[in-house]
Amino acid sequence: MLGYVVRRLLGAIAVMLAMSAVVYVLFYLMPANPAQLVCGPKTCTADRLAMVEHSLGLDEPLYVQYWHFLSGLVVGRDFSSGPSVLHCPAPCLGYSFQYTEPVLDKILEALPVSLSIVIGAALLWLTFGIGAGVLSALRRGRWLDHAVNVVVLGGFAVPAFITSLLLLMVFCVYLQWLPFPSYVPFDEDPLGWAQNLVLPWIVLALVQLPPYVRLSRSGVLETLTEDHIRTARAYGLTERRVIGRHALRGALSPLITVAAADIAAVLTASMLTETAFGLPGLGRLMVQSVNQIDLPMVVGMTLLIGFVIVLCNAIADVLYAVVDRRVRVA
Amino acid sequence: MRLLWNRFRADRSAVFGAVVAGLLVLLAITAPLLTALEGQDTTSFHNDLVDSARGGVPLGGFGGISPQHWFGVEPQTGRDLFARIAEGAQVSLLVAICATLVEVLLGVAVGLLAGLSGKLVDALLSRVTDIAIAFPVTVFSLALLAIVPETFPRPLLVAVVIGVFGWGGTARITRAQALSLRTRDFVAAARLSGASGWRVARREILPGLAAPVITYGALLLPTNLIAEAGLSFLGVGVRPPTSSWGQMLSSATTWFRSDPVYVLLPAFMVFLTVLSFTLFGEGVRIALDPRSTRLSRKAA
Repeated sequence: MLGYVVRRLLGAIAVMLAMSAVVYVLFYLMPANPAQLVCGPKTCTADRLAMVEHSLGLDEPLYVQYWHFLSGLVVGRDFSSGPSVLHCPAPCLGYSFQYTEPVLDKILEALPVSLSIVIGAALLWLTFGIGAGVLSALRRGRWLDHAVNVVVLGGFAVPAFITSLLLLMVFCVYLQWLPFPSYVPFDEDPLGWAQNLVLPWIVLALVQLPPYVRLSRSGVLETLTEDHIRTARAYGLTERRVIGRHALRGALSPLITVAAADIAAVLTASMLTETAFGLPGLGRLMVQSVNQIDLPMVVGMTLLIGFVIVLCNAIADVLYAVVDRRVRVA
Repeated sequence: MRLLWNRFRADRSAVFGAVVAGLLVLLAITAPLLTALEGQDTTSFHNDLVDSARGGVPLGGFGGISPQHWFGVEPQTGRDLFARIAEGAQVSLLVAICATLVEVLLGVAVGLLAGLSGKLVDALLSRVTDIAIAFPVTVFSLALLAIVPETFPRPLLVAVVIGVFGWGGTARITRAQALSLRTRDFVAAARLSGASGWRVARREILPGLAAPVITYGALLLPTNLIAEAGLSFLGVGVRPPTSSWGQMLSSATTWFRSDPVYVLLPAFMVFLTVLSFTLFGEGVRIALDPRSTRLSRKAA
């Protein structure tokens, strides 16, 4: 078991290294001069350009630049910017010259917003997704099953940003039941926090719902045909106990891995949701950085997001091995 | 084939999807023609049709719908909305179809290579496929679209970027299918009769891939459409003056209160397109799946 975990994690680290090299080369070899981009379209002078070029280390060969980037992750790095020295403490993902802040600081600033959205929504989609899936499996072919099916199809056919716009229109403009969302930190005003985030939660949950409904539905249907369920029934256990104690356990364990591997989809959906609602989370930071062509910011965030996803997938594999012993051999 | 057609026709929601999808494709193809028939174009400003005193809200009910402007006009500029929606259909469908083609071609190539080569190549390619599947397409497309020079044709770029990041699923399916096909007797027979590896792949394996790949491709199309709309909504997809539904939605966000038609129109178009292509794709899948009959589909 330990061997498997170590192998899997080493594999993940190798993938991250390869990924960082690819992203780095891709972004710093583009025809556009990164210094020009970093320098900004309006504020740039020849002096400033040369300075940025030097402080980014662009006058050095590419492998040296990449090495600086990697070592920056571990020990931090300094950017000499004219008279002053900008320090970027480890783990340094880069330095945004537009915000004059290390990339990581900006990310940490936006993180609570995104986490608030994702965690609240995750609670919703896990409860309702699994609940609806199990119920529609038990009432298969009846109206409840069909109704759930329609909602699931709707969740797939209406992209997150459209649901966001429609909900905003109905609840904030016409009915005026809710304020236009803006982020209120949880520790300042828990009620306001929830009130502002309830629409993003619903949107994200609707988008994430379909696979959970489908998997728990088919999982329950499949488990119900298995021998141990027949045995449990033959023992005379109540239907409630058969399903609650015996069917659900077998049916829901695959969901663990789905949930962990789902992180990429969540990130994408929350990016669209945040932009639609104008909430200052990671997604919106990414979109803004892209639109302002803040290259260090974009590279840093892309890499961090990539790392998180690779790690989550490794964790998912390990969790799966814990749940299902057969996997470890492979 | 006849059997397939009959099975497909018996499926009401699939037929509905096929008809609506067909109409949308027709709308996209004939967009310039219909716009000419309407007597409008995509870019002319109509300042006389918007109420400049109220911040540029279209005059007349329902976003200024009139015999001259079938879907009304855009707030602020007064550009004709039918012309822009129709052009949006063209752009969205074209991007989605190209992206799907790129995904299917890349996916089949990688999948075949993985499924038919030795262990080492297979392990390597499978690992790469896993990574490709796990990656958030939008994040990377966003980053890439930001740095490519403006001169590159935008719709093509969006299609390629979506396609290049999305081939993982096709590759996985192709590989699985190739692995199961290569152990079959007719493949062994072809090998024994001296056919080269390339010939076996092309003549014996490839035809067997058609059904699963077509099925998967049909379901990829709506996903790609959503991806394009999303990127354009975020402001990095198709750029003005070319119109796209996602881009219309993003500019509609400031017009909720005063001009709801402007929000609802593109939203409905995206919904209709994704829904119809999804129903159509599901129908194809069910018709091609030898195990499913009408009865078992009800149960499943």
